[in-house]
Amino acid sequence: MSVLSFLIKKELKQFIRNPFLPRLAFVFPFVVMLLMPWVATMDINEVKLSIVDQDNSLSSQRLINKIDASDYFNLKTVYKEYEKSLSDLENGDNDIILEIPHNFEKDIINGEKSSLQISANTVDGTKGTLASNYLTGIIYNFASEIMAEKGLAADTGNLIETNFMYNEFLNYKHFMIPALIVVVIIMMCSFLPSINIVSEKEIGTIEQINVTPVSKIAFIFSKLIPYWAMGIIILTICFALTAIVYSLTPAGGFFNVYLISIIFIITMSGFGLVISNYSSTMQQAMFIMYFFMMIFMLMSGIFTPVSSMPDWAQWLSYLSPPRYFAESMRSVYLKGSSIVDLRNSIGLLTLYAVFLNGWAVISYKKRM
Amino acid sequence: MENAIHVENLTKSFGSFKAVDSISFEVEKGEIFGFLGANGAGKTTAMRMLCGLSIPTSGKGTVAGFDIFSESEKIKQSIGYMSQKFSLYEDLTVSENLTLFAGIYGMKRAVIKEKSGIILKELDLWREKDSLVKSLPTGWKQKLSFSAAIFHNPKIVFLDEPTGGVDPMARRQFWEMIYKASENGITVFVTTHYLDESEYCNRVSIMVDGRIEALDTPKKLKEKYNADSMDTVFQKIAVKAQRGE
Repeated sequence: MSVLSFLIKKELKQFIRNPFLPRLAFVFPFVVMLLMPWVATMDINEVKLSIVDQDNSLSSQRLINKIDASDYFNLKTVYKEYEKSLSDLENGDNDIILEIPHNFEKDIINGEKSSLQISANTVDGTKGTLASNYLTGIIYNFASEIMAEKGLAADTGNLIETNFMYNEFLNYKHFMIPALIVVVIIMMCSFLPSINIVSEKEIGTIEQINVTPVSKIAFIFSKLIPYWAMGIIILTICFALTAIVYSLTPAGGFFNVYLISIIFIITMSGFGLVISNYSSTMQQAMFIMYFFMMIFMLMSGIFTPVSSMPDWAQWLSYLSPPRYFAESMRSVYLKGSSIVDLRNSIGLLTLYAVFLNGWAVISYKKRM
Repeated sequence: MENAIHVENLTKSFGSFKAVDSISFEVEKGEIFGFLGANGAGKTTAMRMLCGLSIPTSGKGTVAGFDIFSESEKIKQSIGYMSQKFSLYEDLTVSENLTLFAGIYGMKRAVIKEKSGIILKELDLWREKDSLVKSLPTGWKQKLSFSAAIFHNPKIVFLDEPTGGVDPMARRQFWEMIYKASENGITVFVTTHYLDESEYCNRVSIMVDGRIEALDTPKKLKEKYNADSMDTVFQKIAVKAQRGE
């Protein structure tokens, strides 16, 4: 195995002497972990609201104040006419309209029914639906306050208490962070290997290697092992940043996240080398990687849940190794799952690791 | 005594194009064998088949006693190869390159260290041992490539246009190195464009359009073609070439 040690030394020296790669490898996890959780957010806050108050009474004012006090809504304007408000909505100046009818206060005092109207822009379906749900919630709350004041028991049958588990503050950052670690590893541990062997082909140094009796396994493993080491260092940076900046530590413990991450790093670096072996130019390798990157990012549940995809897409997602990792990372980080809970994902990921690395060794050809 | 290289009807086709068309020859142990031909005649392709970099389409042959089809990895243990294009690692230093390749051939670290010291001093590269290879001038790079190719004491060394692009002085020094390797018992298989260099070879073959048109000692070739230099011999033979550059 001393041949392997000569080759690994060579890889490490080449990596360190590269004017660009070591810096990239160091900066990349910082940029992704410090910036992306803030941008890749689907938290619904700051919904722009306008209210059409046709009643202009103490009661309507009280409801408006209550809504204004909520963090979700940014109360832009209070109009008298619905039309003005609607034209704002069409211009994109507000997202949702609440219309308080004439005689609102009178109906309340008389104990009669009163209807409020909510009109939401649902071009962004999630935002529109969530905003109208939030707004409805506030109005219910307002209604039960009024009823309580009038000595009537609130109609508790209609009030549903929601209990969010695992990520109780619905913090989207906490949802995204495990997935962003997946992205960092895909980028660093499969992109870099994918251009490694092919760059030796372009420069011509591979010929000098191919004419030696070096074994395929030794050569391929000398390419893989440095990326495994780099992957573990990058992973540690990501875990540390997550703990320090976002106070998020894996509920299932560090042993579990390291274990699945290492299997994933091995899988992805094998994948990168397979691409490199089949490419004859760096340009070709990069292009193929971009293609797979799209599939990995969008079909693995990193940004959108796999369970919302059509059945055929869910089946296809089983072919994407990051799917198992993204799923496992979220489970370990947020739910505190253990290896036993994740045995299926870990098992399948291990199969992928063996398959892809075996393929990397076989597809490296010393003779044309 | 077995020959260093022995091939019969060796052919390499790319589709319908026969880059090497049924060549047969033998190289004796200890010989300096010159492999001549115009650009595109098939020299490099033939050499790559002998080195186990390219799988022959048909024919048979042995290099260092091993079959070129089934024992290419064993051949690789017994040969050294210097490609036409400089292909050591430019981002490693002179001694790192020597160490790497010697290590791949299974030499021990202590032996490598001692031997590279001797070789680098001989080549007058000792002061540059810790410089990155990319900073060396072409002539030095070629000397280094040659040293790396014979560092592990191969039985045969294959040199593909080793003196391309260097000045006459450096070419002369290079041939001195080749002679020295030959004296140490290494069989030398060398392609070249410089016909004056072919005079230094024990025997020379001239390839035209994938075939070997002539093979003999420089002296006999000159007699046969009634020429006063190898240059004239080459002109007379290569004039038959159909393939362009």
